[in-house]
Amino acid sequence: MNSLAAASGALSPAVAAVLQLLALIAALALAYRPLGDHMARVYSSDRHLRVEKWIYKAIGADPHTEMRWPAYLRGVLAFSAVSLLFLYLLQRLQGSLPGSLGFASIDPDQAFNTAASFVANTNWQSYAGEQAMGHVVQTAGLAVQNFVSAAVGIAVAVALVRGFARSRTGELGNFWADLVRGTVRVLLPISVVGALVLVACGAIQNFSGIHEVGQFLGGHQQMNGGAVASQEVIKELGTNGGGYFNANSAHPFENPDGFTNLFEIFLILVIPFALTRTFGRLTGSLKQGYAILGTMAVIWIGFTVLMWAAEFGGHGRAFELAGGALEGKETRFGIGGSSLFAVATTLTSTGAVDSFHSSYTGLGGGLTMLGMQLGEIAPGGVGSGLYGMLIMAVIAVFLAGLMVGRTPEFLGKKIGTREIKLAACYILVTPALVLCFTAASLVLPTPPHSMLNSGAHGFSEILYAYTSGANNNGSAFAGLSADTPWFNTTIGLAMLLGRFVPMVFVLALAGSLAEQQPVPKTAGTLRTEKPLFSGLLVGTILIVAGLTYFPALALGPLAEGLAS
Amino acid sequence: MNTSLTNTARLTGAALRALLTLTVLCGVLYPLAVTGLAQGLFPHQANGSALRSNGKAVGSSLIGQRYDLPLKKGEATPAPDLRWFQPRPSGGLTENTVNTQYKLLVSGATNRAGDSPDLIKAVEDAKAAVLADNTAPGYTPKPSDIPADAVTSSASGMDPDISPAYARLQVHRVAARNHLSATEVNRLVAAHTTGRTLGFMGEPRVNVLELNVALGEAARKG
Amino acid sequence: MTTGTKRPTGTPPSSGAQAPTPSEKHEDDAMSTVTQDRAPHQDAPAPAHPEGGRVGGGLFDPKQLLRSLPDAFRKLDPRVMIKSPVMFVVLVGSVLTTVLALLHPGAWFGWAITAWLWLTTLFANLAEAVAEGRGKAQADTLRKAKTDTVARRLTGTTEESVPGTDLRIGDLVVCEAGDVIPGDGDVVEGVASVDESAITGESAPVIRESGGDRSAVTGGTKVLSDRIVIKITTKPGETFIDRMINLVEGAARQKTPNEIALNILLASLTIVFLLAVVTLQPFAVYAGAEQSMIVLTALLVCLIPTTIGALLSAIGIAGMDRLVQRNVLAMSGRAVEAAGDVSTLLLDKTGTITYGNRRAAEFVPVPGVTETALADAAQLSSLADETPEGRSVIDLAEEKYGLAARQQNQLTGAEWIEFTAQTRMSGVDLPADGAAGPARKVRKGATASVAAWVAERGGTVAADVDRIATAIAEAGGTPLPVAVDDAEGARVLGVIHLKDVVKDGMRERFDELRRMGIKTIMITGDNPLTAKAIAAEAGVDDFLAEATPEDKMALIKREQAGGKLVAMTGDGTNDAPALAQADVGVAMNTGTSAAKEAGNMVDLDSDPTKLIEIVEIGKQLLITRGALTTFSIANDVAKYFAIIPAMFAVVYPGLNKLNIMGLTSPQSAILSAVIFNALVIVALVPLALKGVRYRPMSADRMLRRNLALYGLGGLITPFVGIKLIDLLLTLIPGIG
Repeated sequence: MNSLAAASGALSPAVAAVLQLLALIAALALAYRPLGDHMARVYSSDRHLRVEKWIYKAIGADPHTEMRWPAYLRGVLAFSAVSLLFLYLLQRLQGSLPGSLGFASIDPDQAFNTAASFVANTNWQSYAGEQAMGHVVQTAGLAVQNFVSAAVGIAVAVALVRGFARSRTGELGNFWADLVRGTVRVLLPISVVGALVLVACGAIQNFSGIHEVGQFLGGHQQMNGGAVASQEVIKELGTNGGGYFNANSAHPFENPDGFTNLFEIFLILVIPFALTRTFGRLTGSLKQGYAILGTMAVIWIGFTVLMWAAEFGGHGRAFELAGGALEGKETRFGIGGSSLFAVATTLTSTGAVDSFHSSYTGLGGGLTMLGMQLGEIAPGGVGSGLYGMLIMAVIAVFLAGLMVGRTPEFLGKKIGTREIKLAACYILVTPALVLCFTAASLVLPTPPHSMLNSGAHGFSEILYAYTSGANNNGSAFAGLSADTPWFNTTIGLAMLLGRFVPMVFVLALAGSLAEQQPVPKTAGTLRTEKPLFSGLLVGTILIVAGLTYFPALALGPLAEGLAS
Repeated sequence: MNTSLTNTARLTGAALRALLTLTVLCGVLYPLAVTGLAQGLFPHQANGSALRSNGKAVGSSLIGQRYDLPLKKGEATPAPDLRWFQPRPSGGLTENTVNTQYKLLVSGATNRAGDSPDLIKAVEDAKAAVLADNTAPGYTPKPSDIPADAVTSSASGMDPDISPAYARLQVHRVAARNHLSATEVNRLVAAHTTGRTLGFMGEPRVNVLELNVALGEAARKG
Repeated sequence: MTTGTKRPTGTPPSSGAQAPTPSEKHEDDAMSTVTQDRAPHQDAPAPAHPEGGRVGGGLFDPKQLLRSLPDAFRKLDPRVMIKSPVMFVVLVGSVLTTVLALLHPGAWFGWAITAWLWLTTLFANLAEAVAEGRGKAQADTLRKAKTDTVARRLTGTTEESVPGTDLRIGDLVVCEAGDVIPGDGDVVEGVASVDESAITGESAPVIRESGGDRSAVTGGTKVLSDRIVIKITTKPGETFIDRMINLVEGAARQKTPNEIALNILLASLTIVFLLAVVTLQPFAVYAGAEQSMIVLTALLVCLIPTTIGALLSAIGIAGMDRLVQRNVLAMSGRAVEAAGDVSTLLLDKTGTITYGNRRAAEFVPVPGVTETALADAAQLSSLADETPEGRSVIDLAEEKYGLAARQQNQLTGAEWIEFTAQTRMSGVDLPADGAAGPARKVRKGATASVAAWVAERGGTVAADVDRIATAIAEAGGTPLPVAVDDAEGARVLGVIHLKDVVKDGMRERFDELRRMGIKTIMITGDNPLTAKAIAAEAGVDDFLAEATPEDKMALIKREQAGGKLVAMTGDGTNDAPALAQADVGVAMNTGTSAAKEAGNMVDLDSDPTKLIEIVEIGKQLLITRGALTTFSIANDVAKYFAIIPAMFAVVYPGLNKLNIMGLTSPQSAILSAVIFNALVIVALVPLALKGVRYRPMSADRMLRRNLALYGLGGLITPFVGIKLIDLLLTLIPGIG
């Protein structure tokens, strides 16, 4: 093998992995300024594209009407509720819709779960794409939510940013305008280009039905066609993660080679990272944007390195026997590329997978879980990553601000009782959902029957499911047979509550901040744009968010990972 | 009360209209436009990178296949056809269960954990099988020669590739079964080994279908 | 008393020394920062840098712990405990483990955990009790002053004796020498010297008189001489002394905004950890390692932020106490916190930045006259001048030119001309005999007066004198020409430069404030030229010259409109609106009741520079809270490493790898963590009471320092502490 590797001028897998990370960083760095500035313009410009004007007309909304936070929230909730219902009905009626390849209607519990999942930007899938969803549901239902749920996330983040940027007004912008602009000016253009790149590399894009393809040894194999590339690109770009196929981004038609793998990771990370630039632009403090970026990057790179250590280490009886942790990983991505993807997908709220986390080493699987448990903030989902990180920053500012002897302030806005109350409520939601649902699943008689693996790993499967759901990730320790009424319903609830309850607090916080009068910066002001603060922020995230889950992690991935 | 109801109705109406317009935009126009462009620019890829051999379609070069003998009576799983290069195990691949009018393969992984007794047994069995299958006259592989991909299932169950090491491991067996020289088969493997994109993206790999097609042609000539 | 010198309103001359109040028995370093600036002629050291921690609290006396123990037990009342959600959870846990221990009385482990959980609760209460105890002594003294006074109420023309508590607002009462003033009020008739030591600890009497800025009297103080009629301005029970008692006892303490915010954060962390622990049991059952309730309770108590939860209220009380020890009464905790946030400080020039009286700074001779000759003449002319300026001339002559101060009686036959408001000159007419040389007349005084005197004697005033005088005036000083009339005729020898002298160390102090991000603005009635000169010398950032109360108000509003928090001091009635408008308004105790009502703090020492200390105390209060919270949260990491392997290594031996401290047994590990958790509260009580060390520095440096100390320290300390406790525990037979 070595001689052959040498013959083809190949590097060791670890070195190649590092080079991939560096290439990724370089690509993200290149896109950072133009995309971040572009989004800042999109969300602050007064001009409307013609297509946007048509849409506003259709909606019957005036994009110039400023909304206070309750109105903005009502917009978010109404749009999401309507989306939920629409998507539910679409699935329930699939059997009667034309263009569905004869696929049957989805059962109520699974239809609810899937609708909740896509509206909540989670894309947990309790169905297998290729055998359950036809063209209509995939493109007109699921893919649409890939766009709009992402746009909703960015809109809420932008509203929070406006809360920091504006003063003595409670106005946060217009939800409809933010929703439409995010979709039309940010997500769609990148998606068109990205989809073509994927097709060029081998991702499929057609509307053919299930067709027969000849096989090498004779006979035929039935295969799905579909608008895969167009959905794949927005699934990554909008940090959605719902695959066209059951194998998600491990399927060669979704992710054909090493380059597309890296390209998809890039798509996952590019908006969440660039939003820190948008944040810096809109608040007039680019440095603050860089500090947030730095915090996210440190955690992301740190997790990636740890993941490589775990996966290249390959501990676990079966992996040691096999000579490497390649179970559930594709040959073309290898351990390096798969780990890179796994970290990116779990530290954002994407949940797309190019390898199966359930078959990661104990500690590697633990990292995917911890990544989500930190709250999906490094860099997190589109929009949700930024607002989640800003909430953590509010907590860190509060502690640090006290330590420099002033009422804590962040970007000139005082972090007082109301702000802390909202931030505290925000950080309570997901742990409560994850821990309570997991505990309930273990106490009740039947849910544990869904576990594929036994022992610590079986526990991890359930913990992972709710962690993924409540944090709107959508990836899975997929051994769990989650298509049961219990899991469909509770994970569905976890996804909805984990998405929209925090949004309530974020928008309320935005409203509260926007009303404030900024405090001028002095030498006594905590410099939140300095590396020291970023370091503190990393510590706060790891301790406040991470410690909550430590006992649970000890009984799952740590027990498994430290066993050998 | 009444006004709040009207307001809610108005808001819901606006939300519904917003969803419908965006559905037209993102759910109809966008996929149609991308499909049009894709079909125009990259028809081969957009339709599944079909591979043809001897004028007949033999599959997609991106989708892995099984190269098995027909299922014999009394067998739970068919035995591999050792004339051909064998792909990775596909323990995660399942049959269509929902929409049974089709005979679809559902992609997926085994999802077994590293400490799973099932997985341990599967690896042990696979290892034994690989050793047994690839023992050819004049060539006895050592257990340490077996790369991990040969005994582990992939993520999709349809991994089209194997590592160059696994391909090399199979060379002697394949050469013997096809009455070709090991050198020639080795040359085929080398020719169908794809390096990393730009030298660092992905992993070096051998596309099994393409290799087997080439092997078939060589065998016919030879 | 003197001319031309404005002094802090109503401040009678006094020795400047201050008798310590009873509560200051434990004080040492605190006193050094309290600088009196009362006597106009006193060369007191300016409030520069005392060595060591500048806003340190009192020393912590371990005996206080014992003394406060009964109070700590009294606070176990759940109705009291519920105010701190963190400690309430610990209390519930203690009760729970007690019940469980009773159910299995044979198991030592349950009893040990139970005992330490109770101790944890008790230690928290102890911290609060100790903090409160420090104010108790002072409150007792105040109460003594308050003891049933009998008021002589005037009704029409008749006088009746009523208990002080029956007085209503608007009542007129009479007080004569020896009477204790029955309530807060304003003098409406007469003048009297009043002993206010009961409140201020200042033994020298002060003058109180009707009208003007010295009319306010405080109930509980004692009239020493004369007779005054007082109009009562506060209801009984709400008098200054009542409020003071409440304040120092902590009874009136309301939670400050930051404290409430912190409490919310702590409560939410408690809920998170409660969830983590409650849900852990099903997980443990699944894993086959069901945990006893005692262990789960122990885990919970270790994880929730008990350290800060236990010390939070003590920190707040101690912060107020630190102010009280500096003779500052904060009417609301909010004001103390606001003090930490202040970004603009308005300081009166006179008395705060300068000594408040002009002093001779320099002798500027006209050409042809030596400085020494001028100094000699200046000294002679000032011997009969008892004003501070006059004495400062003598001092300067002695210090700079080595001219020993001559006594008036050394010069026989001299005719002394004292300074009067009419002549505006002082001087001496010396006969021609003895050591003093030839006969001569020396005068110094106001420029116009001296010029007239010279002209009267046929002399001319050189143009140089005008030039010098103008130059001095432009530099913000006051020119004081010195003239002589001797054999050579009447002429001006030169000019004494009188200067408003900036207190030593003020520049450094303002530099510090600048580093802390606080802008200082000097308020003065001087003209802009003078103001500018003094502002430059003192190093303040800005000044407001020829300031009227309206200007002051406008300035405060302007600063606040920019989002800044403004602090100021004031004493006069016309300061009241500005005091009320400022975020931190410190009224001088010598001031009017209107000023005291308007401000949110009262400085009993009436020391305007104290504002700077108040700011520091405000900051220190917040820093202490932040530091201990960080410490408390950081502690959790080590506790996990102690407890989690202890709980689950039985079923998952791999988890033993997390036992990086190498703790002996599961029981000893859990117990060590619980003991550490309890002991760390006691260990941090002194810090909570004293406050963390505070030095003015930039926010960045401060954060780095405090993070290293309390963040990293909080991570590492428990690892060491738990290990040590475990080692000690193994020495006890039956545990190791």
